[in-house]
Formats: sequence, C-alpha cells, structure tokens
Amino acid sequence: MSTTATASSASSASTPTGRGRLYWALADSWTVVRRVLTHYRRKPVLIAWQLGFPIVSVLLYGYVLGGAMRPPGGGEAADYRNYLLPGMFVMTMSFGFMHTATAVVHDQSKGVIDRFRSMPMAPSAVVTGRGLTDLIVACAELSILLATALAMGWRAESGVAGAAGAFGVLLLLRFALTWVGVWLGLLVPNPEAAGGLFVVAFPLTMVSSVFAAPSTMPGWLGTVAAWNPLSATAGAARSLFGNEIGSDGSWVQEHAPLMAVVWPLAITAVFLPLAIRRYQRLSR
Amino acid sequence: MHDWAVRAEGLEKRYGEKRALDGLDLAVRPGTVHGLLGPNGAGKSTAVRVLATLLRFDGGRAEVAGVDVAREPRRVRGLIGLTGQYAAVDDQLTGRQNLEMFGRLFHLGGRSARSRAVELLERFRLTEAADRGVESYSGGMRRRLDLAASMILSPRVLFLDEPTTGLDPRARGEVWQSVRDLVAAGTTVLLTTQYLDEADQLASRITVVDRGRAIADDTPEALKNRVGGDRIEVVPVEAADLPAVAGVVARVCLGEPRVDEAARRVHAPVRDRVSALSEVVRALHDKRVAVEDVGLRRPSLDDVFLRLTGREAVTV
Repeated sequence: MSTTATASSASSASTPTGRGRLYWALADSWTVVRRVLTHYRRKPVLIAWQLGFPIVSVLLYGYVLGGAMRPPGGGEAADYRNYLLPGMFVMTMSFGFMHTATAVVHDQSKGVIDRFRSMPMAPSAVVTGRGLTDLIVACAELSILLATALAMGWRAESGVAGAAGAFGVLLLLRFALTWVGVWLGLLVPNPEAAGGLFVVAFPLTMVSSVFAAPSTMPGWLGTVAAWNPLSATAGAARSLFGNEIGSDGSWVQEHAPLMAVVWPLAITAVFLPLAIRRYQRLSR
Repeated sequence: MHDWAVRAEGLEKRYGEKRALDGLDLAVRPGTVHGLLGPNGAGKSTAVRVLATLLRFDGGRAEVAGVDVAREPRRVRGLIGLTGQYAAVDDQLTGRQNLEMFGRLFHLGGRSARSRAVELLERFRLTEAADRGVESYSGGMRRRLDLAASMILSPRVLFLDEPTTGLDPRARGEVWQSVRDLVAAGTTVLLTTQYLDEADQLASRITVVDRGRAIADDTPEALKNRVGGDRIEVVPVEAADLPAVAGVVARVCLGEPRVDEAARRVHAPVRDRVSALSEVVRALHDKRVAVEDVGLRRPSLDDVFLRLTGREAVTV
C-alpha cells in the first residue's frame, strides 16, 4: 500500500540515524525563523506597528519633553536628545520581550505549539527558532531607530567600532529578555493577558537611566534605577557610542559595560531554564 | 488476534486529586473511524493528547500503530496526524506556506514539501485559495487546511479532536466528507465528539467515555437501539390536555408514552418516524387539542448518557 510506504520512509528520515540530531535541530529552527520572517514579508505593517511606538516615543520625549530636560552633565535640549537616544534603543530592546510573549501565547492558544509538539521535529527548535527570529527582528528595529536618530542629528562620536560594540550590548539584552518573553508567553493564559504586560514593562523601563540620571531621583528610587539591568545597558551603550554617560560615580554606573554583560547573562541563566522547563511542563 | 491501530489498556492520567483518565480501555481497528463520545470533561481530549504524545500519562499502556507511546514518543510522532479543537494553522501565512512549513518540519526537504503541499491543496479542494492568507479562509476551509497539514506524512493514525466544533452545518458536511475520503484511502481515524449524530455519521464503532473510563463500546446501531431510537414529543397549550395527548401518542407509537408534567410534555419512542408524526398530528387535530409544539427528536448524547449511567451528562 502506497500510503504506508510514504509514512515509513518519511518517518525513518526523521530519526536520528538519517541525519544527525544537531542537523535537524538547526534545520527546524531555521524553518521556524523563516515562518516568522514570512509574516513580516507578507505584512510589513506588522513591523511598522512594532516600531511605531519607539519612533513616536523618540519624537515625543525628544521634542515635547526634551525641551524642558537637560542632560545630567548640563547642556542644551539638543544635548539631552543625545543622552536620550541610546536610552530609546534600550527601551526598544526591553519592550521586545512583550512581542515575544505575545507571539508565544498566540501560538499556544491557537494550538500551533501543540501541532509542533505532535510532529517528529526537533523539540528545541520551537524555542531556539523564536530566539533567533527575535534577534533578526531586533536588528531591523535597531537599524530603523538608528536612521531616525541620525535624522534627528544624533551622532555616535566613537566611530564604527564603538557603535558596533554598543549594538552588541543592546542585542545581548534583547537576547536575554527573549527567554523572559518565552517564559511569560507560556505562563499567561491568553493573548489579552499578554497585553497587560505593558503595565509592568513601562514603569520598569522608566525607573532606570533610560530617560533621566538615577542621581536626580529620590535616594532609594535612584538606587533601584541605578541597579536596573536596563541602566547598565544604557550606560554601556552611551559610553560605547561616545555620548554623555551621566554617571554619579556609583560603583554600578562606573562598571556599566561590565554589568551590561553580567546582567543579560544572569537573566539568561535564570529564564532560559525556566522557559525550557515551562515548555516541557506542557506535557504534564 | 487483531493488529490494533490504537490500543490503550487501563490508561490513567491524574491532575492532583482529579482523575482525568481513570483506567481507560480502547481498541481501534485499522482502517476504520472510531468515535470517542462523551460530554465535556469526560476525558476524550485528554485521551487523544496522551495518545498523540502531547501529555505524559501516569498508568496503563498505550500503543499507536504498534509503537509504545511512553517508550518511543518520537517514533509515534512520525506515524500520526493530529487535528485539535482549534484549527492549528498559521493565520498569517497562506495555505500553501502553511503546508510547506509543516512539510519541512516533517523533514520532507524543500522540494518534497512543496510538491506535497500542491497535492494536499488539490485533495482538500483548496487550490484556488492556496495563495491567500489563511485569515481570509472560512471556518470550513481552515479546518480542511488543518486536516491537510495532519496528512502530510500520510499518517497511519489520524486523531481528530472535536473537528467540527464551532462549524456551521455546511462546513461540518465538508469536514465529514474529507474524513470519509481519508478513511477510504486507508487512514485510521480516532474521532472525539460530543455529538451522537456525528459519531453515527462517521464511525463504525463508538466508545462512550465518562469520568475517564469507557462505559460502552459498540456499533452506533447497537448504541442507538439501547437508547431506544427516535422519539416523538408533543407539547399541548393547556396542561389539562396532557392525558388526551398521552392517549393519542399511546395509540400511534411503540412504547408507553412518558408524561412530563413539569415541562408540559408527552414523549414516546417511534419506529416509522414520519408516518407516526403525521398520524399524531392528524389525531390531535381531530380531537381539537391545541398544540404548542410537536416534533421528532433523535437520541442525543444526553439520552445515551441517561441510559448508560442513569444520570444527566454533566458538563464539567
């Protein structure tokens, strides 16, 4: 019977003996990446939605509030915009985890993840594919924000190498937060609940050095803001771009580039296993 | 000795104190549609999720196409297709892109995935809509695409978990036709449903599930006979007419009519549906009994349940 023959030949191709497990783990991850990139290709408006918020924020904070703001080291409104823009890059990376969570909860509630799990594909591909896709999308977001920033007159004073390093720490933060997003996406019951994450994400982003120097905040709040992982990335990005850092001389701000690596690694060390465990728990 | 397509013995699945599966036995013959019938919360979906390797189970044994589900889940995944309660397809891709993606994830390779997608689109009558986004598909088309995705590997066993829930009658008919075509081509189907008529339409054997166990396993005919087949129901305008109605129904119908005072209703089993109905209507008209409602009712899952368990089908 021909149907049986197709089934057995196809299933033997998927066993580890045909091609290695690693090969299929990579091939399947890439298929998952292609799936999401196809979403954007079919509907470029999706990325416009995702980017609309940071671009509008850049313009609002830069020009509406920016006129009344002065950078930590003193200077004009234009200097504040130079201080602000690396912060906006950080904010965009930090909000990315909500897109991850939304996409995961959507797949979960629609049964797409169940379908993946009932197939002989590499189980890890669902999670690694997500992580890879988020990094690719983050690169696109950063390029568009960069163009906006350049149009506003912002410059990376340090040259190409510094700027590349700055983008490196930004992507590292996004990578770490992807696992928070996957974990939350598997945790929250429905897409509506994922929308509620914004209520948490927004203050967490504000209480940092993204918009203002922690030294200008009341004592305890300033300490929290200084130790916020986003402040570390913001501080590192500012120093790598050659922009004003606005440090108050505290240990954590002096060591921003170090902390911009330590924090994301710590977040990954906690949330990657949590996300994987949550994924495996789907079969409980 | 049969080679079963699906075989479960004493399957158990616990969630804390709750027993979702409490010793379920199931045996499905190859090349047939087997119905798992039961109310919400009876354990049907849990059973399918266990057999499709999505859920681990706590006790008992399960084999699909002769492969042990607990020991070799990955091999089982290469032999099955699953269509769950939602159409698990990607809304933001076209029908073709969906099938090509799933084909790649089934490890067909790019070229085979593309040609398999073309075949399946044709077979499920989706060729015209192939390059449209799935978000523009009707409920029935979406479900057919979902079925097509489950058929990429020509699975030995296809699990259909309430495949027509939420579909209009026309789309339901389309899905039923697709299922019949699949079985004609040699696939074994395990179908869960809450509707007796759906199981009756498609399945050659039905297992009735209640509280995580099989409480009956029989052909649709035998099950319906146990329940007593179709019934006629008459609701007079005046409760005072109930005895007169019961008299008419008793003369025309097979068994003793039951009078439900609270619902102001008389009902009785019938054999020749249509002639019984017209005779009852004529007799009531002659006696000038004003009737609010009269009709035929096919036995529902509720009737099967009442008969098998002595209680109403509880929705958990």
